[in-house]
Amino acid sequence: MDVWFSDREILMAHGAGGKASRKLMDGLISPILSSHGSPPTLEDSFNVANSEIYITTDSFVVNPRVFPGGTLGELAVNGTLNDLSVSGARPQVLTLALILEAGIESKELQFQLEKIASAAESAGVRIVAGDTKVVEHGSGDGVFVTTTGLGMRHPKALLSAQRVRPGDKVLVSGTLGDHGVTILMARGDLDFTSEYLSSDTANLWPLVDALLSEFGDGVRWMRDPTRGGLASTLNELASDIKAEIEIDEGAVPVSDPVRGACEILGLDPFHIANEGKLVAVVDPKIAQDALSILQQHRLGEKAALIGEVKETDLPVVVCRTRFGAHRTLDMLTGDPLPRIC
Amino acid sequence: MRFVDEYRNPDLILELSSQIKKQVKDRSYRLMEICGGHTHSIYRFGIHELLPENIELIHGPGCPVCVLPLGKVDEALELVQTNDVIFTAFGDVMRVPGSKQDRFEVKARGADIRMVYSPTDALKIALDNPDKEVVFFAIGFETTAPSTALTIKYADALGVSNFSVFCNHVTVGPPLRSIMENEFFDIDGFIGPGHVSTVIGLEPYRFVAEEFFRPIVVSGFEPTDILESILALVRLIDAGKASVENQYIRAVKQEGNLAALEAMNDVFEERPSFEWRGLGYIDFSALRIKDTYSHYDAELRYKVQSISSPEPEGAICGEVLIGMKKPEDCPLMGVTCTPEYPVGALMVSSEGACSAYYTYVHRRSANSRTGVN
Repeated sequence: MDVWFSDREILMAHGAGGKASRKLMDGLISPILSSHGSPPTLEDSFNVANSEIYITTDSFVVNPRVFPGGTLGELAVNGTLNDLSVSGARPQVLTLALILEAGIESKELQFQLEKIASAAESAGVRIVAGDTKVVEHGSGDGVFVTTTGLGMRHPKALLSAQRVRPGDKVLVSGTLGDHGVTILMARGDLDFTSEYLSSDTANLWPLVDALLSEFGDGVRWMRDPTRGGLASTLNELASDIKAEIEIDEGAVPVSDPVRGACEILGLDPFHIANEGKLVAVVDPKIAQDALSILQQHRLGEKAALIGEVKETDLPVVVCRTRFGAHRTLDMLTGDPLPRIC
Repeated sequence: MRFVDEYRNPDLILELSSQIKKQVKDRSYRLMEICGGHTHSIYRFGIHELLPENIELIHGPGCPVCVLPLGKVDEALELVQTNDVIFTAFGDVMRVPGSKQDRFEVKARGADIRMVYSPTDALKIALDNPDKEVVFFAIGFETTAPSTALTIKYADALGVSNFSVFCNHVTVGPPLRSIMENEFFDIDGFIGPGHVSTVIGLEPYRFVAEEFFRPIVVSGFEPTDILESILALVRLIDAGKASVENQYIRAVKQEGNLAALEAMNDVFEERPSFEWRGLGYIDFSALRIKDTYSHYDAELRYKVQSISSPEPEGAICGEVLIGMKKPEDCPLMGVTCTPEYPVGALMVSSEGACSAYYTYVHRRSANSRTGVN
């Protein structure tokens, strides 16, 4: 596989989780690594030497570092736990690497560390190794956190895009767009806000554990739709399995404050990041029962069955509107930006 | 959600769709929606799927980001690179590529370019950074022009000196006339722009009915609004009536918004001529800052040199803009021209006809698999 990434420089869009991110990954990172022995595509987590052990890593930068419903510290723990969880692996231990910008207040660092520690503790995960670097003032943006997670495969987990079949159902565990819209508002660039908005950052393992324990290989595939939102996650699946995925727009849960903000700003909730939601593709025979299990859980009260995998081999995501018309739900292009009018 | 869900009521939508299907006669109806917001809604809600086959929707020139000529983008980028300024612009303008580079690339190299949601945000940045010059890149039709005008008046009242406006506001009437004067003009009726009409009212469309004998129905942006307007147009066309109608009565008044019009008149005057992307030069189709407020004119302050950049080869934006061709007729569609790497004007903004078509329809059509994405 050759390098085909042709963009002259790295732009913010390359980190937004949409098409540009995929291009950076597929066109530059994967080709170079795979030509030296790595797997052809890098997944969010990797099953080490076909054993029961999964490993994943993730870096976290967020502005602001404290926002309604969460903090950088909680994101850094939950994000990595969730990458393991949706691979079907029970998180066991984490490592923690900090890059600190000189000048950041010790009090803030203490606050974020306490958030990191308590998020890990409440997930039953220990932080066992780490590293700290300090860069000059102006060379970083406060605090950058990298966490690496190790997990053990759930004994009943058999998750893979290759197991997804036409007719399989698509479930989401709750409302979409909460985290991304909360962050957009918390930045204070827009002259309006809502006291009803709150990030959904959460450790998804309990929800995943409940699903896998009950239905085992009836659960085919899972992801947490973070940057780029549900649209990007489903488009990646559609292109991996080379099949159409149809979503029923009316069934997708979106809270009123998020809908309202998206209507005003001209954003699509399907493109907005989530930090405590999962998408699962399941065997149609267990879809209703799986939905009930999700809904019984605190993290999945608003779970919904939102669509299904179709027979057609065109790798697109199609959204059926409430009155039966259709639109293609594309991946995010660039950063989500408000429209002019 | 109130004021939204009522207008997306599936029963009402299907009822309107069936009324339209019953109303149409055995003839074709070529309807142009002037506003990019309508184009976006039509594709987002799949409204074209609810219409009988003999109604054809043609996407007009009302996408303010799309019609901005490449030369103006190049002028803006030149201004940013040769002057130590904080440059501010609306969100979706940020994505418009110039002929050599786009704003995001310039920003990645360290230029201070910031997204604002309103020109008053740009003024606030100027007040917060008294030692820096702040430029606002003003674009848009009469929809956004009043807020720019009021911001300039406000800056003047406060005596702010480190703020200026690179004014590229345009007006909706002249391009409409230009389309109708084209020898290939073949449109039976217009879905009139909603937002811009809240400012200018209905009077400026009189010529559409009186000189060109076409009906125009000013419309809201929700599915029921657009379908109701299409139904009204079909009835008017069948009755052979050319008139100016207002479907968007909850927002648009006959006389428009007098306070907004007054602010515009105070601050702006017509430019003798202005270049439109895809349409060429149109007389008296844009606004510039009057002498009274010339101290806020970035063109004068930074001696902006006019740059004319040719349109990319092979693109058929101009013909799509006047309704002669459809986005899917363009050989570049989805091949070299995509929302990620827009070549032509109409792919630039999510309101552009080609971007809307690409995003919501193209990838589902069978021939799309030759595309780069």
